[in-house]
Amino acid sequence: MKARVNVMLKNGVLDPQGAAVRHALGAMGFDGVNDVRQGKVIELDLADGTSEDTIKDMCDKLLANTVIESYSIELA
Amino acid sequence: MKAAVLVFPGSNCDRDMAVALQKSGADVTMVWHKETSLPDGLDVVGVPGGFSYGDYLRCGAIAANSPITQALKAHVERGGYAFGICNGFQVLTEAGLLPGALLRNAGLKYICKTTPLTVATTDSAYTSSYAKDQVIGVPIAHHDGNFTADQSTLDMLEAEDRVAFRYAENPNGSARDIAGILSANRRVLGMMPHPERAFEAAHGNEDGKGFFDSLVSAVVPA
Repeated sequence: MKARVNVMLKNGVLDPQGAAVRHALGAMGFDGVNDVRQGKVIELDLADGTSEDTIKDMCDKLLANTVIESYSIELA
Repeated sequence: MKAAVLVFPGSNCDRDMAVALQKSGADVTMVWHKETSLPDGLDVVGVPGGFSYGDYLRCGAIAANSPITQALKAHVERGGYAFGICNGFQVLTEAGLLPGALLRNAGLKYICKTTPLTVATTDSAYTSSYAKDQVIGVPIAHHDGNFTADQSTLDMLEAEDRVAFRYAENPNGSARDIAGILSANRRVLGMMPHPERAFEAAHGNEDGKGFFDSLVSAVVPA
C-alpha cells in the first residue's frame, strides 16, 4: 500500500520560501497571486495493512515537526 | 570536567568544539552517532554544528532520532549539562530538549559573518563569566537559524529568564531577536552562533571564550 503525507508550515508560521516564490511570480507578470505557501510531499511504500495510526505516529515522531508544521495523510 | 562531543555524519564543527573544550581544561571524548551510550561520569555533552545527515528532511531531524541522541536525552533527564551550537541547536529542538524550531532565514540566504550578540542573562553555566547586556562578537554560519515558537512559549522563555543571547542586529528574522535559549533547569543551552569560532586570538576575536570559561567554572566541583 502507498500513503502520501503532505507537510505544510502551520498557518501563522512565516514561510520565507513561499514569499520568495510569490515575489518571483509577480515579477514574471502573473498578477493576482495573493499568497504562496511551500510544503513537501512524502510518499511512503508500506506493508499492506499498515494502520493510519502508525502513519500518524511516523508523522509526529519524524516526518513533520509539529512545532511549526501540520500534516495530512492520503491513503492510496 | 569530563565532556563528550557527538559526531554525526556531516558534523563539521565537532573538532573546533572539542579543541575549545580541551583548551578550557576539559577531558573530551568524541562519540560517534551509532553509539548507544555515553562515557561514564560525564559532566557535559556538546552537540556540534554542521549538516548532520545532509540536513535531509529538516535540519537536525534525523540526528534527533539517532541512537546516541537517546543516550543524550537520558543524560539530560538525569540533570546533565548539554549544549548545542548551530546544527546542534537544531538537533536539540528536534529532539524536544529545547522548545521552538529553527526556520529558513527570513532573507533566504545562508549567512556567514561575525555578528554582535547581547548577553541576555548571566544566570547560566554558559554565560556566568559575561556581564549582563555585554555585547560580544560571535560568528554565525547558517541557512536555517530563524528561531520561532508560539507566542506563549516566547513569553515563557522571557518570563523565566531563559533567553541566553539575543542578536543586537537580527540577521535572520528570529523571533524577539533570540539567538540562544536555556532549558527549564538552565542546564541545556542551544544557540545558532559559534562561540568556538571566536575562542582564541588566532580566530580574530576571543569573545566566545567566556562561554567555555563559564562552563568550566560552573561544572568543576567546588
